[in-house]
Amino acid sequence: MNWKAKIGDKAERANGQAELEVQEAALKQVLGDFRISVQAWSENAYSRPRPVFKATAHRVWQRAAEWALVCVLMAGGVSGGVYERQHQQQMARIEAARQAEQQRLAAEQRAREEEELLAKVDSDVSREVPSAMEPLAILMAEDEAR
Amino acid sequence: MATAEEIAAQEFSSVVQSHRPQIFRFLLASTRDYDLAETLTQECFLKAHRNWSSFRGDSSAMTWLMRIAINLQKDHWRNRRMQFWRLTQTNSVELDEASDWLPSGERSAEQKLLAQEQVAHVWQAVRGLSERQRTVFLLRYVEEQELSEIARATGLSEGTVKAHLSRALAKVRTELGGRR
Repeated sequence: MNWKAKIGDKAERANGQAELEVQEAALKQVLGDFRISVQAWSENAYSRPRPVFKATAHRVWQRAAEWALVCVLMAGGVSGGVYERQHQQQMARIEAARQAEQQRLAAEQRAREEEELLAKVDSDVSREVPSAMEPLAILMAEDEAR
Repeated sequence: MATAEEIAAQEFSSVVQSHRPQIFRFLLASTRDYDLAETLTQECFLKAHRNWSSFRGDSSAMTWLMRIAINLQKDHWRNRRMQFWRLTQTNSVELDEASDWLPSGERSAEQKLLAQEQVAHVWQAVRGLSERQRTVFLLRYVEEQELSEIARATGLSEGTVKAHLSRALAKVRTELGGRR
């Protein structure tokens, strides 16, 4: 039985080895094809006419477009900042004007109230003159008229 | 009688002629972008020209040029990460297009289609590799360089190159494995 197992093991190993060799040969073939295709591709690319001016122009346009994009972005950023600042300043001016108007109205209100208070005090004081003094007050007024 | 400068210029000119297609191929496979590969190739030879007098020939001219190309490519990706808007637009060729370039040879239409599909899976795996793994993989399996040459070009030890290559191959196997 032992010799049978040994033979089976050997055969299995030989099969494995053969399979490995087939795989390696296939890999070699694929890598060879890869090399041939790269060489053919490169030869074709190398011998193609080179549109130098076109390529340069393309690069120039590309570079110009990149710069234009950068400039637009920068201009956008700067103008956005300036607009924001101006907007804030305008809002601050409007707020200041509103506060000044409020202060003016409050001052007017206070002045009106003081005036009314004084008028009230005057009328209250005038009513407090005793009635016994009234004929004397009339006489004084007549003297002054003369 | 030619001066030393003229001789150097002639030498450099022959180096450019003989190695330019290979450097371009490596950069094209690394970036999958025609324009970028072309630009980096130009930069590579410009840099090489500036430093040609300091090239002592310790390694082959190809290894030296490849090292410059690898560094340029590395710098490019590093810069690219910083420039976020460039990430949004890339000229990279689609994987299907890259894998279309397979000569028919003696294959049937069906065999060619299958081979193209497998090449596309290799591209898919290459895309998922790290920068170093991809460089090592392409130098080994596209440029067919020896491990020692790859080590010199990348500035890594041979052991590290082997490790990167092994991981890259494992990923390629995995990518191909489920589809065979």
